[in-house]
Amino acid sequence: MSAPAQKRIIFQHIDEPGYTDDLACYLKHGGYEVMKRAFARPPQELIDEVKKSGLRGRGGAGFPCGVKWGLVDRKSGKPIYLIVNADESEPGTFKDRYIMYQDPHQLIEGTIISCFANNVKQAYIYIRGEMAEGAIILEKAIAEARAAHFVGPNILGSNYSCEIFVHRGAGAYICGEETGLIESLEGKRANPRIKPPYFPAVLGLYQCPTIVNNVETLCHVKYIVDVGGEAFTKIGTPNNTGTRIFCVSGHVQRPGYYEFPAGTITMGQLLYDVCGGPLPGRIFKAVIPGGSSAKVMRFGERYKGKRKVGADMVDYDWGVEDVPMDFDSLAMVGTMGGSGGVIVMDDTVNMVEALANINAFYSHESCGQCTPCREGSLWMKKISTRMVHGDARPGDAALLKSVADQIPGRTICAFGEACSWPTQSFYLKFKDEFDGYSDAKKTLPADRRVLV
Amino acid sequence: MIQPAKPELVTVNIDGKEIAVPKGTNVIEAARMVNVDVPHYCYHPKLAVVGNCRMCLIEMGMPAVDPATKAPVIDPATGKQKINWIPRPQIGCGTNVSPGLHVKTTSPMVKDAREGVMEFLLINHPLDCPICDQAGECKLQEQATGYGRGYSRFVEQKNVKPKRTQLGPRVTLDDERCVLCSRCIRFSRDIAGKDVLGFVDRGSYSTLTCHPDKKLDHNYSLNTVDICPVGALTSTDFRFKMRVWFLKQTNTIDTESSVGVNTVAWSREGVLYRITPRQNDEVNDTWMADSGRVLYKQVAAADRLKSSDTVNILVTKAAEFFKSGSVAVVGSGRSSVEEQFLTKKLAAALKVSVSLVSRTAPGDKLLISADRNPNIRGALVTGLISELPSAQLTGLAADIDAGKVKTVVSVGEDLAAAGLTAAQLAKVSIVYLGTHANATSAAAKVVIPTLTVFEKAGTFVNQQFRIQKFAKAVPGLAGAYDDLVVLSKLTVAAGGASAADEINALWTAIAAEVPALSAMLYKNIPETGLLLDGTAWAGLPFAEGETLHYKPAATI
Repeated sequence: MSAPAQKRIIFQHIDEPGYTDDLACYLKHGGYEVMKRAFARPPQELIDEVKKSGLRGRGGAGFPCGVKWGLVDRKSGKPIYLIVNADESEPGTFKDRYIMYQDPHQLIEGTIISCFANNVKQAYIYIRGEMAEGAIILEKAIAEARAAHFVGPNILGSNYSCEIFVHRGAGAYICGEETGLIESLEGKRANPRIKPPYFPAVLGLYQCPTIVNNVETLCHVKYIVDVGGEAFTKIGTPNNTGTRIFCVSGHVQRPGYYEFPAGTITMGQLLYDVCGGPLPGRIFKAVIPGGSSAKVMRFGERYKGKRKVGADMVDYDWGVEDVPMDFDSLAMVGTMGGSGGVIVMDDTVNMVEALANINAFYSHESCGQCTPCREGSLWMKKISTRMVHGDARPGDAALLKSVADQIPGRTICAFGEACSWPTQSFYLKFKDEFDGYSDAKKTLPADRRVLV
Repeated sequence: MIQPAKPELVTVNIDGKEIAVPKGTNVIEAARMVNVDVPHYCYHPKLAVVGNCRMCLIEMGMPAVDPATKAPVIDPATGKQKINWIPRPQIGCGTNVSPGLHVKTTSPMVKDAREGVMEFLLINHPLDCPICDQAGECKLQEQATGYGRGYSRFVEQKNVKPKRTQLGPRVTLDDERCVLCSRCIRFSRDIAGKDVLGFVDRGSYSTLTCHPDKKLDHNYSLNTVDICPVGALTSTDFRFKMRVWFLKQTNTIDTESSVGVNTVAWSREGVLYRITPRQNDEVNDTWMADSGRVLYKQVAAADRLKSSDTVNILVTKAAEFFKSGSVAVVGSGRSSVEEQFLTKKLAAALKVSVSLVSRTAPGDKLLISADRNPNIRGALVTGLISELPSAQLTGLAADIDAGKVKTVVSVGEDLAAAGLTAAQLAKVSIVYLGTHANATSAAAKVVIPTLTVFEKAGTFVNQQFRIQKFAKAVPGLAGAYDDLVVLSKLTVAAGGASAADEINALWTAIAAEVPALSAMLYKNIPETGLLLDGTAWAGLPFAEGETLHYKPAATI
């Protein structure tokens, strides 16, 4: 079965020859028309459309956007803020960057529509600190949109005013965690807040109700308002509506980003048909389907169980290649769709070394606020680094697993899961490689590429 | 005495024990009420909850109800309402009680979570205990023993951080020992109002430090040492002086001002080593000023007054000057209630009235009030005075100039500091009862050395009209005499009736004679004090402004 065709909604104009990031080009392609129509409708109707669409957040957790909007405390009398989470930092993920760099007005339009729907007067785009150029592009785009009365006071001549500010991130992965992001935006260290009581929908930015949405999610909102929530549900599969952008990196012939209706493409189709399969002479070994914190999948393993198809429960028996790329199917096989960062590893990769790399990242990015993540992530890094660079002991793999088990579910934010799931899943799926690493290390070729 | 309002109660179940606790109580405090210890580091009852140490993870559940009918779901096995246990452990500090909340603190999940967190806290913690000042009062030691696994699986290099940073003039920091609980940061920012501390770097390399160009030099900096659960923040004054388990703790009161901060004096073999605050939720919470912590140094000061004469010889000498009449008595707002009671007796025997000296300076709005006498209200309560004193003894000065006064008995007040000139001091015979040398003791005909607050027992009445007692921490200096004994003997020498000179016996007389203190005995006063009815003096122009737990009458 060959792969279905791409359906580019969000990435419609990405890499399109001649398409530029300025307002004129965006208007030429029908820009801000959706917003004009949205402004003619009551805001609640727009929220209802998003609810109807079943849109799930594209930042990684897949939380339904309409539900998130529904949780916002609208009776407090305090202003409601909207924050665009553009702190795209999950290793293996590179979708938001392209939207902001090449099609910034799409994001601005989606943001203003969402602000209008939620009666937000002030929105912030919290852009990853390293994306300096993106911040400049967005600033320029907002200035253009402002001049054209798409942003700022009395948008489109209406009574509605809304400002968008670009805020450059503090250069840390944890700034992408929504409460960490809020702290950072307030000018503090990005230490995530405890929930309860600090749910952003009630006590967010400056202790006011706050909506934090991913860049891609807000672009979807624009599309939903354009075609209607009902039509949106026709794309993809039930509960996994709309399109998903997959950022494929690693050992495939054609890495890159691909947009497909959610759930209509399997891992096998994506990797073999779309990305051209493994490099010559190699075979796939493992794939991480949703950004580096998602649990790894090992080629050759089988996933069995029952799943709901329509109203019936049917058995499934999948290999990695057969798993549909949607939130629910990936969750069913013990991993997650996450941010859509598909990281492919072939048989040249030593899994201990791959994990050492991931552990180094997470130990560097732990904010250090709460104990299990702060100490556990560095300990795991120290163990895996020592295994790779120094003396791997026979008991190290089991210790690594045991340390990882002490972290998830006990931390303030989901970073605890993010930093421990790789170790847990790598060990679970590649136990042989870990347990045998102390011996294997002695026979590794001396001229192999070494980890930094 | 004023009773607090009855709070709304919520019934919770902790390890099978039902207890009703006030609404808004968190689970750690609720557990404390049924004697269940929930270990924690970052949580402090007087600070904002941040939930970062994860030591207080416990299992929680709520009674199950049918989502549609709201009817309780009954577990057929037990016949009781089913409990929906949350699959993940929850933090006790950040969870407030709700009706029907069930808590398990001894389940395998909780034990595992505690062992995990304990292990994580210890892997990068130096093995300093044998030379660490916190040993003996270290939460890390205690909870590692109580809740840790007891062995180490860590074979890597520990992190290296600064070992002896001077955060300010009184606080030394060992960053390697820090468990990053952020109590000190929150205290400094939220209680002391000086946002000077923060973390730099990330993850396990996070390091506590002062903000650039800032120092931890405010007058409450040593509270960070008290609340530091480990040996990271230590008192530069106290560190390496004495092991805490050798020290005897005595409850005492800070004499800096009329706030009456509750404190503990730590001593060994008659030598004081440090003063720390003692919790009193109505007065000082768990805080005290740095300036009050060095007061113990006055005990062993070089200028302490002492005499080689016995107290009887000194009293006889003093009594010689009483014979001529024309005596004036200067009492003190620093004296205890008991001393003021006896000062009044002495004045009555001499048939004169008593002047006091007021001592004011701007308050700090926290725990140092504008009235720097600890016991002006004691003098009002005992009837030693009926009006507030002034800073200068102008009346006495005029009397001396007019020759109306020939002898002045000063109970601990430096008359020179209270405005009397050297000529005026020379013109009269001075009997000085005091602890330290000053211009008055130098000019006195008779000096009767007395005891500091740490060497005697007594009570003070603070700005709230709360009578609070202090106990004797160390034996009195040889050659100095108990104020009560001295005043009692002087009273007899002046022709008055004999009064008890032992505090418990004296209180029988005080309770009988002082209306506000009737039905009260020294030994019965709780350690956190008793609130007296101060309405009789409500109209007086007291100097105090607002401080922690105190609002001046005019602003209520």
